[in-house]
Parts: sequence; structure tokens; C-alpha cells
Amino acid sequence: MANDDITKLQAYNDFIKRKSLVFAIAVFATIVIALFAVSAGSLDIPVLEVIRSILGKGEAQFHTVVMGIRLPRVIAAILVGATLAVAGAVMQCVLQNPLASASTLGVSQGAAFGAALGIIVFGGGVVNSDSAATAVTINNPYIVTLCAFLCGSLSTFVVIILSQFKKELGPAGLILAGVALSSLFTGGSTLLQYFADETKISSVVFWTFGNLGSAGWTELLILAVIFFITLVYFLLNRWNYNAMASGADTAKSLGVNTRAVMLISMGISSLNAAVAVSFVGIIGFVGLVAPHMMRRFVGNDYRYLVPCSAAAGALLLILADTFGRLIIAPVILPIGAITSFLGAPMFLYLLFRGFDKNGC
Amino acid sequence: MGVEIDNITFAYNPTFRNILEDISFDIQKNQCIAILGNNGAGKTTLLKCIDRICPANKGVVLVDSKNVYNMTKNVMAQNIAYVQQNNSFNNMTVFDSVLLGRKPYIKWDATSEDRQIVYDMIEKMHLEDFVLRNVSELSGGEAQKVMLARALAQEPKLLMLDEPTSSLDPLNQHEVLSIVKQIAKEHNICVAIIIHDLNLAIRYCDRFVFLKDSRVFSYGGLETMTPENIKEVYSIHVDIIEHRGIPLIVPFPDKRVAVNSSLGKVGI
Repeated sequence: MANDDITKLQAYNDFIKRKSLVFAIAVFATIVIALFAVSAGSLDIPVLEVIRSILGKGEAQFHTVVMGIRLPRVIAAILVGATLAVAGAVMQCVLQNPLASASTLGVSQGAAFGAALGIIVFGGGVVNSDSAATAVTINNPYIVTLCAFLCGSLSTFVVIILSQFKKELGPAGLILAGVALSSLFTGGSTLLQYFADETKISSVVFWTFGNLGSAGWTELLILAVIFFITLVYFLLNRWNYNAMASGADTAKSLGVNTRAVMLISMGISSLNAAVAVSFVGIIGFVGLVAPHMMRRFVGNDYRYLVPCSAAAGALLLILADTFGRLIIAPVILPIGAITSFLGAPMFLYLLFRGFDKNGC
Repeated sequence: MGVEIDNITFAYNPTFRNILEDISFDIQKNQCIAILGNNGAGKTTLLKCIDRICPANKGVVLVDSKNVYNMTKNVMAQNIAYVQQNNSFNNMTVFDSVLLGRKPYIKWDATSEDRQIVYDMIEKMHLEDFVLRNVSELSGGEAQKVMLARALAQEPKLLMLDEPTSSLDPLNQHEVLSIVKQIAKEHNICVAIIIHDLNLAIRYCDRFVFLKDSRVFSYGGLETMTPENIKEVYSIHVDIIEHRGIPLIVPFPDKRVAVNSSLGKVGI
């Protein structure tokens, strides 16, 4: 091989290494911000003390705050952010729609309705009235997760049916379908609230704001297991996603079973989003913002977009939550509102920039 | 050995008429065949049936005597590569786009051998200066070559191209078809090309399949490229003359032929 050819292949290898570097930077930034998030608050804890507490060697006072309150919250932010971001990236690919995400397709609203149904009607949660921070405690995560998953999947099911049988709808049509489904589920939630007493209404409203502090270690374990199993599935399919992003017929001619990949990916994304929402409430736009942010750095290459989106989603949610906790402390701003503030400008940015023709 | 298409029949909806009916022909190794016919004759559908994008209702496709319809999707992609007419480009570099052609062979990640094959194909298409360029930034001709390089990276036994020259200038048309013909010989593969320019078809293809009314109207070598067959298939009079030893098809404007159209009788 000529020297010139070796140089060009080396240039490609360097190009690939730069993408890996983006992932490494995003993970490093997530760890740094996470440590800061655990240390900052009404009780300032030095970062070294945070690390000592995590290792079980810190002072009892710090240990209680770190392990009992702040660390679960930060891990919830990492897991939920990564889950929603990866689900969004995959949905955008398999539906060939840059606006696809759990919140814009009605999955979050459906899951939220299901979770509220599970908590209030089926007794999956205990409703307290002592303080806003503990307004809803999930004592049966399985029934709540199941209800959230079923209702979230209903949205996914309708969107899949529409995308398969009404291809002329296009990206805008699917988003409109998501808007319609969101309205439907919001209406259902309103009805539930209408028949609930005042305490329950305030609890449900608070729950839909999104609260990362509501997830305990058990919920985090469930989230982590589901997230890592599905992440492996998404990574195994990264070449399929790259092929599908080039068009369905191209993907088929490259040996991809597009129908199966689409259905399974949508189902899994829906499960992820539904579980996340059922534990922490509605957290919108992370699934939309994080993948598009990462596309600026790693392009539409799903080998890197999937892990980078996960890291970016985690980073975004920790930043948003830390901002919400510290900006007017001791009042904690609802995380859902802050992520929506991030998402709306992103929507506008995408509109100004224009989407790729293939939607990814 | 080569490719045998045997009695392919296809309808998008069983209650409607067949788009393809009992289509049969074969392609030998090293051979380029042109699939010809007017718009709506079913040429693209035929390629999609062969590649199982639209599975045929009846008939078989044999590649080296193995039925494509019994292969797994990955094995099929190692046997057949298909370059579509309208490619949508993923927002990827030239190298990554061509690397997708190795997907049927990749287990977890691309090996150095995969990368070498990809680079060889890029070099063959004279795209080595665009390795890290985004495909969407390339001209139509260059993008077409990227798609061709991707198909060749699949190392197929049958390469199918749907109007590969439609968006190319004359120089690029000849360059792309020369490369295809050369590759067919070098790699010992079968090539099927849908093409509307009959002069390019004569120059670069060895055999010709004329489709008309969902069926094969005529199939054979240069002897099938007659004014009569062309008139039957395309409803246009032509003369075939020889220029510098190359047959040249010239539309014959003096003998205007009337065809039915939505506007009534229209002269061509």
C-alpha cells in the first residue's frame, strides 16, 4: 500500500478516535458534575468527603446526606437522563423523524397517566400530605411500572401503526399524532384529578412536575438493570441503525430486518421511557435535546451516537437538577420545568436549521 | 453458474393486476445485462423482487444455484447488492457510508480487513480525496460513486443498479459504466442495470431484457436491439446506424408515430 493510502486510512482512524474522545469527555464531565452535585447544597460537603462517604469511610452526618439523599438523586438523574436520551436517539432513527422522543410521541404522557392510575386507583403508591418532597411515595413499583409501561406502549403502538400504514403522513403527521395522544392522556389525568380529593390532586400535580428525589435505591436498581440490558441491545443494533438511517430499502438490501428492528426498538425505547417516567414523573425534551446535541459532534453514526447520547442525557439532567436545587435554595425547582426550558429553544433551533431529509 | 431468475410473478395487491408476470432470464458471470422498458414497465419492482425488498408471489431467484428466498437476510446481502435510483444519504462521511457495505460481514465491529476493502473500493471509484467528506456535500456523480463503492464493498455475486447514470453528466456516465463493466470482469460477478439510454446500454451491456406489459418481451444479445423491438417497447421509431464501429440508436423524427396519451393522440 502506498504511503498516501496509509495516511488516508490513518486519517480515518484519527477521525474515529476523535468520536471516542467526545464520549470520554462527556463521561468525564458527567462524573465531575455529579461529584459537584453531591457536594453542593444546604450542607456543603467537600468532594473528598463525598468520595469517602461513597466508600463508606466518611463522617456519619455526611454519609447520611450523601448516601440517603444526594447520591440517589444524582444516580437517578444519570439513569433517567441516559435512558430518555438513548430512547430518543433510537426512536428518531427507526421512525426517521428528528422530532421523535418519548415526550413528543406521547409516550411520557401515556406513561404518566398509567403511573398516576397505578398509584391512585390501583394503590401502587402511598399519598402523603405532610410535605411536598414526600407527597407521593411508590410502595409498589411493579404495579406502577406495569401501568406506566402499558399506557406508554399504547402511544407507541398507535404511532407504529400510523407510521406503517399511513406512510404519507410524514414526520409532521407523526408528531401531530403524538400531540393528539398527549392530549388524550392529559385529559385522562385531568379526569383522575377531578374525582380525587385536594391532597391527591396536589400530589398528582406535584408528581407530574418530575422529581428525581422520589426514586429510592430499589427503583434505581430496576432502572439500572433495564437501562443496561436495553443499552446492550441498542449497541448490538448500532450497525442496523446506521443502515436504517440511510433509508428502509437500503437497510433491507444490507440484510437488515427493518420491521423487526423497528418494532423491537420502539417497544424497548417505550419500556425504558415508561419505567423512567413512572419513577420520577414527566421529564420532557431530554430525549430530543441530547441526541441532537451529540449529532453536532459525532454525526449520525449510531456506533457513537448511542453511547454519546446516553452520556449527554445524563449530563444534561444532572445540570438541570443541580440548577433547580441551587438557584433559589432551599426551594427546589421542578426538574420537568427546567428541561422544558431547555427543550423549547432546541425545537426552535431545529426549525431554523432545518432537518435532514431522512429525518435523522 | 450465475444468476437465474425463474418465473417471477408479483402484484402489490393480489386483487390488482400483476406488475410482473412469469419473468425469466439468466445472467452469466462477468456479464452485464440491461433491463429495458418504458416507465411503469416494472423494472424497479423486478430488482426489488430479486432483492426480496418486495418478495415475489411466485418464482425463484437462484444465485450460484442457491435460492435467494431461502437465505438469511445477511447471507442474501453477501450475495446481492442493490443500488437504488433515489438514495437518501445518511449524514455520514464517505468512508463510513461505504463501510456500511461491510455490514453483512461485521460481527461486532469492522476489522482492519473490512477497512482495507472499503478503502480499495473508494480508490477504485477515485474518491480517495473525499474519505472524510460528508456524502451530502458531494456532487450527484460523486455521491453515485459512493453508493456504487458501498455495493461493491458487499462483495456480491450479483450487482443490481437502478438507473445509475440518471443524475450524471456524460463524462461521469461513461466513467461509472466503464468501472461497472471492469468490475464485473475483475470480480467475476453478474450485473443487472436498469437504464433508459439505449446507446449506453448497447455500449456497456452484453445482453438485454425488454419488459413490456408485465412480461419479458424480448431477451438476448445485440441481435434483440432492433428498431422493431424498440418500437414495440417504447412506441418510438429509431434507426440503428454505425459510427466508428459502434452501433448508435437515433430516433427517427420523420416517421412520427401516434401514441395514446391522456391528452388524446400525440405525435412523437
